[in-house]
Parts: sequence; C-alpha cells; structure tokens
Amino acid sequence: MTNHLTQEIARPRPATAGDVEEAPAVQHTEISVRPDEFRQRGPVEHKEKTFELNNVSVSYGKARAVNDVTMDIFHQNITALIGPSGCGKSTLLRSLNRMNDLIPSARVDGQLLYHGADIYGPKVDPVQVRKVIGMVFQKPNPFPKSIYDNVAFGPRTTGIKGDMDEIVEKALTRAGLWDEVKDRLDDNAYGMSGGQQQRLCIARCIAVEPDVILMDEPCSALDPISTGRIEDLMLELKERYSIVIVTHNMQQAARVSDMTAFLMVELTADEKSRWGELIEYDDTTKIFTNPGDSRTEDYISGKVG
Amino acid sequence: MSTDEKDAPPRTARTRLAVAGARATTESVFGARPRGDRVSNRLFLALLLLGLAVAMAGLATMIIWAIVEGSPRLNMDLITNGPSTLNIDQAGYRPAILGSIYVIGGVIALILPLGVGAAVYLEEYADKSRWWNRLFELNIQNLAGVPSIVFGILGLAFIVRQPLGLGFVPAAGAITIALLVLPTVILASREAIRAVPPSIREGSLALGATQWQTTWRQVLPAATSGILTGVILAVARAIGEAAPLLLVGAVTFVTFDPSFFSPGFTTLPTQIFDWAGRPQEQFQVLAAAGVLIMLALVLVMNSFAVWLRNRFEQKW
Repeated sequence: MTNHLTQEIARPRPATAGDVEEAPAVQHTEISVRPDEFRQRGPVEHKEKTFELNNVSVSYGKARAVNDVTMDIFHQNITALIGPSGCGKSTLLRSLNRMNDLIPSARVDGQLLYHGADIYGPKVDPVQVRKVIGMVFQKPNPFPKSIYDNVAFGPRTTGIKGDMDEIVEKALTRAGLWDEVKDRLDDNAYGMSGGQQQRLCIARCIAVEPDVILMDEPCSALDPISTGRIEDLMLELKERYSIVIVTHNMQQAARVSDMTAFLMVELTADEKSRWGELIEYDDTTKIFTNPGDSRTEDYISGKVG
Repeated sequence: MSTDEKDAPPRTARTRLAVAGARATTESVFGARPRGDRVSNRLFLALLLLGLAVAMAGLATMIIWAIVEGSPRLNMDLITNGPSTLNIDQAGYRPAILGSIYVIGGVIALILPLGVGAAVYLEEYADKSRWWNRLFELNIQNLAGVPSIVFGILGLAFIVRQPLGLGFVPAAGAITIALLVLPTVILASREAIRAVPPSIREGSLALGATQWQTTWRQVLPAATSGILTGVILAVARAIGEAAPLLLVGAVTFVTFDPSFFSPGFTTLPTQIFDWAGRPQEQFQVLAAAGVLIMLALVLVMNSFAVWLRNRFEQKW
C-alpha cells in the first residue's frame, strides 16, 4: 500500500529485527508452550516495514504509561504484544492509529512512522490514519443496526465507491461469516453470538480496505471454538493485511504470530512510579523457545505475571 | 428416602419423630425473630402502603370527580364550539384546544433542535475539565428548578415586549414554554446520549468516521428513543402550564380561532382556570369536562412515551 499520509518523512533507520540486544541465552526450564503448538511456518521474511517506532513514549497527563519503545512492525506479519496487565500493551496499540487522541490528556513522544510517514506529524488527520489502520476491540461492539448496515457503515462514511452489496458480501466472506448470515442480513447484529459479533466487527473493519488491523485482545470474551475461528481468520487475513494483536493468551501469541514483543511493568528510575517497557522483541519462535531475557522467560513459563 | 418419595408425608412413627426433632432444631437456630423486630417491620410496611394509598386516592378522586361532574357535557360541542357566557350548555373548548396545539407545536419545534443540540455539545464535544462547561451543566440543572411564573415574567419582559416585541401571540407563549421545559429536555437527552456505550463511538471512529459522522449516524440514532421519551414527557408537562401563559397573553375568554402570530389566544388550562372560577353550576360542569380532555391528552402522550421506550430500547 502506498503512502496515505501527507507527510514527507525522515529517513527510516536501518532494519533490525529486534532492538533489544541479544542477551546470552538463558538456561530455560519448563516452558508452558510446547514446541508442537507452534504453527508450521517457514522462515519469516521481514522485507517491508509497516511501522517504525523510535523511542515512543505514551503518557496520560503526567503519568507515563509506556516508556521508550523502539521496534519495527513488518508488513503482512502478525505481531503479538504480550505482557502482564498494566504494561501498556493496549496503550501502545492504540497509539498506532491515534485512538489515544480521544483521551484529552494522552500524549505521544518519540517518532512513530507508518511506511515512512510520521503518524503524529502536524499535517496528519487522525481520521485519515484510522481509515488505513483499522481496529478490533476486546469486547465485540457491533452497532445497534442490521448486519448489513454494520458492514456498510464504514464504506459509506469514508466514501468508498462501488456496489455496496458487493462490498458487504466480500467483507463478510473474507471474515468467514457470509454463509452464516447471508439469509439474515437485515437482522439486528445484537442477535448474533459473541463469536459471530466479533467476526462481524472484523468484517466491518475489512470493508474499509485498511492496510493494518489492530486487535486489542479480540478473543478474550470468546469461547475456545470462536477463538479458534478468529485465529484461523487472522492467518488468512495476514496474506493481505498487517496485523498487530494484543493478547493475554500466550498460546494464542505462539500459535498465530510471526513476531512477538514482550512488555513488562518496570519501576521508573526514581522508583516512585511504574510504567511499561519493551523487554524483548523477536521472532515468535525465538521468544517462546529461546528468549534472550530472563524476565521474558519467567513470564512465558508462568513464573511471574 | 428416594427422590420420588421426597414430598410424601412421613409414614412411620420413627419418621415423624425424626422430622419433629429436625424442625425443633431448625426453629431454635433459625426461629422467629424478637417480637419488637416484627412489629417495627409491619409498621414500616404499613407506612409505605399509606404513602401509596394517599397517592392513588388523590388520583382516583380527581378522575372520578371529573368523570362524575363532567360527563353530562362529554359531546362533540365540547370540542367544536367556542366559549360562550350566554349559551353555557353549548359552550366548548375549540379556541382553547387550538391554542394549546399551536403553543405545543411551537414548543416541540423549538426544544427538539435546541435541547438535543445542547445535549450533544455537553456530552460529545465539551471538555469537562474546562470551568465554563461545568458552569453550563450546573446552571442547566438550576434552571430545571426555576418556578414557571419566573419564566412567565421573562417572557413578558423580553418576548412580548422588547427586544423581540412579538406581542400577546401564541408564538410568544410557545417560546416562553420552550424556555421553561428546555432544561428538562437537555437533561433527558444527555441521559439518553450517555446511555450509548463508549464502545460504539470507538468502533465508529476506528473505521475512519469523523466525530460528526459518529454523533449523527451512530450516537443520535441509538439515543433517539430516549430523547423522544424525554421530549414527550416534557411536553406533557408543558400542556398543563397555565401560570406563565397568563403572563404572556393567554387571555381567558377568546371566541375566535387563534393564529400563530396574531394577538389573542387561550389554552386549555387557562380556559379551565377561567371557568372553574365562575359561580354558575354549568361552568363547573364545563371545567370538569375540560379536565377530562386534558387528562386524556396527557395519558395518551405518556402512553406513547412508554411504548416508544419499550419498542426501541436497545439492550447493550
């Protein structure tokens, strides 16, 4: 996807897979994710960067939520953000499409580039950002309208031209929902099951043809079967979109993601308050089998958090 | 004991003994509370019922009185004829009903855009950390408690006289009543807008909709039933207002049909007020029949509000 943002941008830094320096491999003990849980995947190709985060910090008023995150998020990858509650995963995720702007006191420092363009540049319209970078929320939040209108809302408001029936069908098909709902498109979306509602929210997001889909714990309110369907869906969507997912479920991160970032709540330098910090960011396989940081290993093996 | 015999009465003496023993034990542990406790409980319940009874008795008395007193005059003359002091038995409420319709129509036309607009600003756009927005909120709540006669004086001073200078016309009455019920409408609309969960706004904004599109296409449609319910209840109250209208020109005896911008109009409550104050028996009957018209109107409006709320209520 070409540059949708209006800014001419500073040069991106040379690519590095992870910015955390490789600590000597730790002797790892019982890891809660067995190797056979990993999806069969070839070597991950990191050809194109979707996001480049350079020393990004997010604050609410005077309280800093996430401190100094530097990482690259790659195109057509699923990138998982894991870590204990309060480590700022969701905050970081919401800064990627400027949803944090809705909170008046929120402030983002550092440089956040999307395909080389500064998302927080002075001429960038957050509404334009959100058209390109969609979001799926923790709790399914369909609009109190018909299934059809839920999907059609995005294309209508963002002025996408074309046959609306076709757009709706395509989005629902890609979200794997078409066969279940094609006979009741006019029914209220609140009559669907939780899993269907969440896939409807994904369909709604796809309908505006975004480049990136951000998912904030999309399966935490769903049962394992619905979760499995959404994970399958994510793997299909990966062919077209870049996906960033926040999850508390480490098995989920191991199953679906290509890259995993581990964030942790850390004391600030003066030890008076806490904020979230990026501890380690690497290939998912490496994070789960041979983490470079002992804190990562403690977390994923269930010793802390 | 098997399950299908569970409820059967105890058969043998031994069973009876066991049951009696169990019951005695239960009562000694969970038994009756002290006597004083029970008395105060009953007393409290009686007080609650008394409150309910007084309220219901008041309503019932009013309705029964109005029906008994007014029923001889319940015919079409009551609606189609104008008032008359010579021909009291054929006198009716035609100009008053029309006047009320004009005033209420004007009120609805004014409070819907103004009330909803103010509520949308306060809920969706206002930055609550700014002192002036908090001041607005506080004052709207205060305004909702201002006596209606004060609004009547305001209407007389600023709407009937200068600067608006409309004169004693139905439009002046409509503006005055609209100002009176506006705070109520704003508060009700804010409640309805606040009831729309933030996740709906987030979902809409995350699709690249602007704040205006989100408000107009998601929040307001979802809040419509709540807003309309509030508006109808406010209007039902406005129908019964007499005091401010007396000040802005609702004279009590008008024989001709009103027109929105020409002087001389009356409304149902002011007309009833006039007739109830006259000594002749026939006027008393006429006033009671007028009360029936108003009760029916208010009942219809409130029922519509309840229906609307139940029909379009969204479970989140």
